[in-house]
Amino acid sequence: MNNEWPLWEIFIRSKTGLDHKHVGSLHAVDAAMAIENARDVYTRRMEGVSIWAVESKYIHASNPDDAGELYDPANDKVYRHPTFYELPIELKHM
Amino acid sequence: MTSIHQLNYVLQLADNALILGHRISEWTGHGPILEQDIAITNTALDHLGQARSLYQYAAELYNMLPAETQGEVFSSPAFLNHTQPATEDSLAYLRDAWDFRNVLLTEQDNGDWAYTIARSFFYDNHSVLLYTALKDSKDATIAAVAEKSLKEALYHRRWSSEWVIRLGDGTEESKARMQDAIHARWEYTGELFDMSEADKAMLEAGTGADLALIKSQWLAQVAEVLSEATLEMPPADAWMQTGGKTGQHSEHLGYILAEMQYMQRAYPGMEW
Repeated sequence: MNNEWPLWEIFIRSKTGLDHKHVGSLHAVDAAMAIENARDVYTRRMEGVSIWAVESKYIHASNPDDAGELYDPANDKVYRHPTFYELPIELKHM
Repeated sequence: MTSIHQLNYVLQLADNALILGHRISEWTGHGPILEQDIAITNTALDHLGQARSLYQYAAELYNMLPAETQGEVFSSPAFLNHTQPATEDSLAYLRDAWDFRNVLLTEQDNGDWAYTIARSFFYDNHSVLLYTALKDSKDATIAAVAEKSLKEALYHRRWSSEWVIRLGDGTEESKARMQDAIHARWEYTGELFDMSEADKAMLEAGTGADLALIKSQWLAQVAEVLSEATLEMPPADAWMQTGGKTGQHSEHLGYILAEMQYMQRAYPGMEW
């Protein structure tokens, strides 16, 4: 019998307006406990204002073996960078 | 003007926070799972933080009392022999069990997880209501501590209630253990609502809280969670233990103090 509680991936938003960032994982029996555990494990030093929890089994990942065909072709496509725009000074998190 | 009642009132609050905080801290490194070990340790630190603010205030109040009145407050030799002004540390480390005013509930042993949860569940529901009332205290320091502590207490209550429901409405084994703990700790809940001399005087002065009112709200809150947890609520008129608020403690407090105070008693004034 498997006695391990399911694993959850935790995402924390450090400030209103920013995006949620992956901070790590933890064990919990359900989503409610995952969020409470995340509060105690990952926000005890004022790291965040919002928590997302996703059960790890629902995360699908790309295969590292495919890295060549997936990412290398972008290497020489400099024109895809939006470097021609001037950003307003108020925009701090681009 | 400072009075013995005001000092004793603050000490009741401080001693509850310190003793429960110490009890809960005994779980550090022994929690059932890493995440809950951290959660319960956070809670212990919250209680210790509340205790510190309150002891600092209590020391201030004690030091303002006239010398002859000071002599009536405590009878612990180590505290009385300490010649410097009282501090948060001397209040915590130099008083003996009979000078502590915490309710008996807070000093009860941890038992299993269910016993620890039951003790916190009863206490947290009480502190949310108490701090809510004390937020409007005429005593500005008490009001400030209550306001800060209320947020912590709300989370503690959420955490302990969640566990009561999980274990109560869980497996046959978890339900039996949770029910057992609720019954076993019930007799220590009555004292939370006993009006001590200090409670009465502070209520009259507009700085304390009406514990009769808090009791009715507490019973309603506890009943709601226990019903969701499919657990039986013991009768409200059951026989209750008393004594903590007047310094008559169970055997547990002596052991807690022996461990907690050992270092300061053996090496007075030691710092690190």
